[in-house]
Amino acid sequence: MFRGAHGGCKAAARCDAAAVSAAAKEPKARAEASAPALDVRDVSIAFGGMKAVDAMSLVVEAGELLGLIGPNGAGKSTLFNLVAGVLRPDAGTVRLAGHDVGREDASRRIGRGLARTFQIPRPFGGMSVLENMLVAPGGQVGEGLLANFLRSREVARQERQAVERARELLEFLQLSKLAGEDARILSGGQRKLLELGRALMSEPQVLLLDEPAAGVNPALLDFIIERIAEINRSGITVLLIEHNMEMVARLCPRVMVMAAGRRLAEGRTEEITRDPRVVEAYLGGAPA
Amino acid sequence: MIDLLGYGAFFLTIALSYAIICLGLNVQWGQAGLFNVGVAGFVAIGAYVSGLLTTPALAGRVGGFSLPIPIGWAAAMVAGAVLSYALGWLTIRLRSDYLAITTFGFAVTAQLAALNLERLTGGPFGMSFIPRPFSAFAADPLRFGLFNLGLVALVLLAMFLAVERLSSSPFGRVLRAIREDETAAVSLGKDAKHFRLKAFALGGALMALGGAVQAHFIGFIAPDNYLPLLTFQVWTMLIVGGSGNNLGAVVGAVVVWALWAVSASAIGALVPADQQARGASLQIVLIGVALCVILLLRPRGLIGERRTISRFADGRGDTRWRRLRRPDR
Repeated sequence: MFRGAHGGCKAAARCDAAAVSAAAKEPKARAEASAPALDVRDVSIAFGGMKAVDAMSLVVEAGELLGLIGPNGAGKSTLFNLVAGVLRPDAGTVRLAGHDVGREDASRRIGRGLARTFQIPRPFGGMSVLENMLVAPGGQVGEGLLANFLRSREVARQERQAVERARELLEFLQLSKLAGEDARILSGGQRKLLELGRALMSEPQVLLLDEPAAGVNPALLDFIIERIAEINRSGITVLLIEHNMEMVARLCPRVMVMAAGRRLAEGRTEEITRDPRVVEAYLGGAPA
Repeated sequence: MIDLLGYGAFFLTIALSYAIICLGLNVQWGQAGLFNVGVAGFVAIGAYVSGLLTTPALAGRVGGFSLPIPIGWAAAMVAGAVLSYALGWLTIRLRSDYLAITTFGFAVTAQLAALNLERLTGGPFGMSFIPRPFSAFAADPLRFGLFNLGLVALVLLAMFLAVERLSSSPFGRVLRAIREDETAAVSLGKDAKHFRLKAFALGGALMALGGAVQAHFIGFIAPDNYLPLLTFQVWTMLIVGGSGNNLGAVVGAVVVWALWAVSASAIGALVPADQQARGASLQIVLIGVALCVILLLRPRGLIGERRTISRFADGRGDTRWRRLRRPDR
């Protein structure tokens, strides 16, 4: 049903990769074996006097689904913006599949297979749901001015493919019935799904999801969790920021905890949620 | 009757040349949200560039290459595109207020340059002997008028179809996305600056073409034709017709130009001769009132922006058919 970046579902192999990376303890050894999908090293950024992200390092292996948790203001979304290229770090490197993208702007990084969603969804309200989806694919010949006249066949072919893929994805996200409606009429949860769909349209290798469960009703939450799992099974690497611990526990074999711009802990999700430091910093003393 | 027909052709020819300019503004504002307050400057550039290339050589004036009219028009478009691109590039981010200030300054500069670069533009005396299409029929005003109308209509149609195709293309889609939410568009890998520059250049090219077409129809241009009033007129045309809709831009141009022409005749007939110059100001008031009325009664214009979906997205609720059936959102 769902085609990922690499065509058909290679769930088994990919899941193995994720399991292997989760088990591995030494980041250096992993990086040498093959380049991780995302490799953030000693990245820092300060806003005025406040260090929002402070020498933060993070490695996500290809095919992995890594959770990133931490209290509000821990610097998670800032880290996302650094990875996406919206912000430039004061220090440190960001590598995508081995390529140093530190100097590249956001649009170049998308070209390297990176996609993201926002904490507060940002649909193009005045455009239909389908049109929202069609904006996303990269390398559209028809985005050039003259190509629309000189290479109209190629434009038409690409456009048909994009429409077909958009319909598939809308089906996958149960938004098909809304395809022709303006995105501004969507509910909060549907907007989250549309964002997810839009991100998938660019056929990413690495997907950054910023709180996909925030403000979503429990019935839809189950659906979103299941879809993210399926996306990951199709071979797409996912980095997930989330406060909803149920979602993290169900989706992420491995989790990283940030607090005050730094890495607080990292490891298997069930262990991390019992780590006293994490409970203290993040869960406010309540059991997970 | 023949007189009326002749006047009708004359009126429509001018109106349609404005429609070309208005289409350009619609690409910039209606589709890309670029606030160009210097329309007159781009129109002037087109008129003068085409004039310079196509007029016969004249003692004491640079230029005058007697080139064919189509070359003049093409050059006008290129000049309009290059200048708008350069201007857009200089203001780098092309954000609303900064762009407005820059374009206004550009238009004033262009008008003053036309006024003062006498050796190039003819200065305050203007540029005459601009070749008129079908001048061989000048002796028969009706035929001359109709042929010219046909030509301008053809040029407009070609530009309209081209712009329509672009509106429903991936290019137009990205422009709308950037207009809706630039951050989200950038997060999808769209280089907003690049797209804005292209839209701005395309709009500038159309404005310059409109200017050139007008210049050749009248046969004479002077700096006074390119005062900020022209910018105001074209903006009114777009808002009245329906910003974001190419057909709206054309309809708006014809309606507002009709209002302008009718009010001019009315003032000519009603206002005493010694008060005519003052009476002419009433035209601007009238256009302003028309603008207010439209904004109050039909804020989206006579034909509002319609839903545009990929030409290839037929079926299931958003077909071309529905696109035509549902002009308004």
